[in-house]
Amino acid sequence: MPTSAPTDPVPGLAAYSEVTASDASLRRFLHGLPGVDQVGAEARAAGLGTRSIKTTAKAWALDLAIRMVDLTTLEGQDTPGKVRALANKALRPDPADPTCPSVAAVCVYGDLVGEVKAIVGDQVNVAAVATAFPSGRASMDVKLADTRDAVANGADEIDMVIDRGAFLAGRYLQVFEEIVATREACVRPDGTHAHLKVIFETGELQTYDNVRRASWLAMLAGTDFIKTSTGKVQPAATLPVTLVMLEAVRDFREATGVQIGVKPAGGIRTAKDAIKYLVMVNEIAGDDWLDPDWFRFGASTLLNDLLMQRTKMTTGRYSGPDYFTLD
Amino acid sequence: MAFEYAPAPESRSIVDIKPSYGLFIDGEFVDGRGSSFKTINPATEETLAEIAEASDADVDLAVRAARRAFRGWSRLSGKERAKYLFRIARIIQERGRELAVLESIDNGKPIKESRDVDVPIVAAHFFYYAGWADKLEYAGLGPAPQPLGVAGQVIPWNFPLLMLAWKVAPALACGNTVVLKPAETTPLTALLFAEICQQADLPPGVVNIVTGAGATGQAVVAHPDVDKVAFTGSTAVGKAIARAIAGTDKKATLELGGKAANIVFDDAPIDQAVEGIVGGIFFNQGHVCCAGSRLLVQESVADEVLAKLKRRMGTLRVGDPLDKNTDIGAINSAEQLARIRELSEIGESEGAERWSPACDLPSSGFWFPPTIFTGVTQAHRIAREEVFGPVLSVLTFRTPAEAIEKANNTPYGLSAGVWTEKGSRILHMASQLRAGVVWANTFNKFDPASPFGGYKESGYGREGGRQGLAAYLKGADL
Repeated sequence: MPTSAPTDPVPGLAAYSEVTASDASLRRFLHGLPGVDQVGAEARAAGLGTRSIKTTAKAWALDLAIRMVDLTTLEGQDTPGKVRALANKALRPDPADPTCPSVAAVCVYGDLVGEVKAIVGDQVNVAAVATAFPSGRASMDVKLADTRDAVANGADEIDMVIDRGAFLAGRYLQVFEEIVATREACVRPDGTHAHLKVIFETGELQTYDNVRRASWLAMLAGTDFIKTSTGKVQPAATLPVTLVMLEAVRDFREATGVQIGVKPAGGIRTAKDAIKYLVMVNEIAGDDWLDPDWFRFGASTLLNDLLMQRTKMTTGRYSGPDYFTLD
Repeated sequence: MAFEYAPAPESRSIVDIKPSYGLFIDGEFVDGRGSSFKTINPATEETLAEIAEASDADVDLAVRAARRAFRGWSRLSGKERAKYLFRIARIIQERGRELAVLESIDNGKPIKESRDVDVPIVAAHFFYYAGWADKLEYAGLGPAPQPLGVAGQVIPWNFPLLMLAWKVAPALACGNTVVLKPAETTPLTALLFAEICQQADLPPGVVNIVTGAGATGQAVVAHPDVDKVAFTGSTAVGKAIARAIAGTDKKATLELGGKAANIVFDDAPIDQAVEGIVGGIFFNQGHVCCAGSRLLVQESVADEVLAKLKRRMGTLRVGDPLDKNTDIGAINSAEQLARIRELSEIGESEGAERWSPACDLPSSGFWFPPTIFTGVTQAHRIAREEVFGPVLSVLTFRTPAEAIEKANNTPYGLSAGVWTEKGSRILHMASQLRAGVVWANTFNKFDPASPFGGYKESGYGREGGRQGLAAYLKGADL
């Protein structure tokens, strides 16, 4: 995981300094990106969804998907007890099977980071949503304070939301500067920084062209990950939206040498769906992204289906839901 | 670790291939009087079955049967004919998996294409023309359109079942009867279709299927009691047919070769264009008469498009046609493989740069990797001749006028593709391109309601849609 301070110049990004100099130049650049044909993108995503994944490949994919899960609870009713339970589940998703890997991270609100950290330590990352999640409707000072608070509480990763209003109004530079400022707020006293994930809320951006532009905008601003959704708006993650984002990270690495991660979140509930995403990662971005450092699933209910399928692979039989822990 | 997809083979036990097949004449399977030949699985070179080769006498029997059947069939009400066609369409859907597996075994095409593309469109054609059967007088082809009589139909090996559907469904809907000859390398699904006709209780003689090679096809075309010839195949054979029937009163539709231009402008949705290029030329191993085998890409984005195309080609999976994850299957015959190899070698010797992704090809069977040639110009043979294989020639252009000029600078004119985000340019290009079909921001899309056919050496007449009815009705001309 990159730990350099955000002020370090990234060689590949220097070429884009003029792009991000003004609202006008940023707009010209983002609107100059190749368009996305909706029908074609959806057809491609559907085509990849028909790959038939069997036996050994499926067993491998299930374990990888478990390792990529950001186990999430983002409810107003979350309590310390609830997130402690989730933290234990993250460490040992299947208590009956010690070979089952831990998940990538636990994702909670900023005030609950400490509770999770106390249990998972360094074994599983703790991600916190910040910047007035999920709406992003607050003044910049508040958003940055929210971020700093979560980092100070020990968050390894910060999931920020963009100001969709500013984006849709065409104030791209404002969105850019908010991401840059949030990334600076992720820096810890020792100079390392919490991993930054930028959430677009693609259900509100509506078009694939917007998704592609938002992806490039966030990547130019120095994000570590781009993420589809908060999970609070429908539609959340979809295969075609993730396809467009995977194309963006692939093209961005081609152009700058910088690799950015992708996290679809919300609405991915079954192992079958998760495997479709992995196939897409493999064929669109490439197998460099088939790693929890570069691809995550934001999910709360996906994990148990992955566990159920995993058990089916090893025992040959399906177990009922009561054989798996609630959280 | 890379994501290695484990094999996911479709079971071939669903289909029962007999050791030998006769001809389907007058509603019955009968022995041929001529010799026989073998049909093989191009992916393994395994012999699948012994097929009867119809002699002139067999063809004569078939045409007589079709003539006898015509009297009753043409007098049936459109509604009655529609019932049979609907029934056939439903049986095709019910036996879809069987048809798809058999098609992939006999032809070499990947199961995902025979299952998800061919068979559904086959059923759709029968449904579509079943819908027309009782509405012919409202098709805008005259107040009381009449069938032509006996149709002699000769179809190619690239889409054996689909080409059968394109020909049989409109002919029957209009009240004609047919004698159909499938290609000698891919007769099995036509023979299974014969069984489906029996299952549907289609009156004997309405559909007759005679198997064989070129000589059998010639006998069908030349038979004096055939009123209409419908042929899909190579331009050379199409010309021979046109010569053979010149001076007779036979009607003909010929759907021949192509060398389609797929034009990518610099404002195109590049990722989807790359997908369209791949689908345009590597679909069905490039065994597609309307394949986008000439890529015309605007110079300003040529490097970007080529880099993405090569990357995408690296993810194509070549191999066992019955594996559900296979993207590119086997070349249909040793003869066709030799032709593809020959033209590719010519491409290299003429100075074009040849590129294929690293891929392991099976040791037996007929295989050719997905291939592109860059640095191609209009003066190269691979830019002009139809390869009919997974081989793409890449040319560049600078302005829309140049793209139109180069696209039209071919003896063929079956199809073209245009990729641009600019709507006005799509309409302008579509009106300037001399091709039967122009696809905008997509490629190789087929629908029974959409007419298909060519300009120049790509033949004449249209199949599909309302226009497809005109080819089987007296005095009807669109």
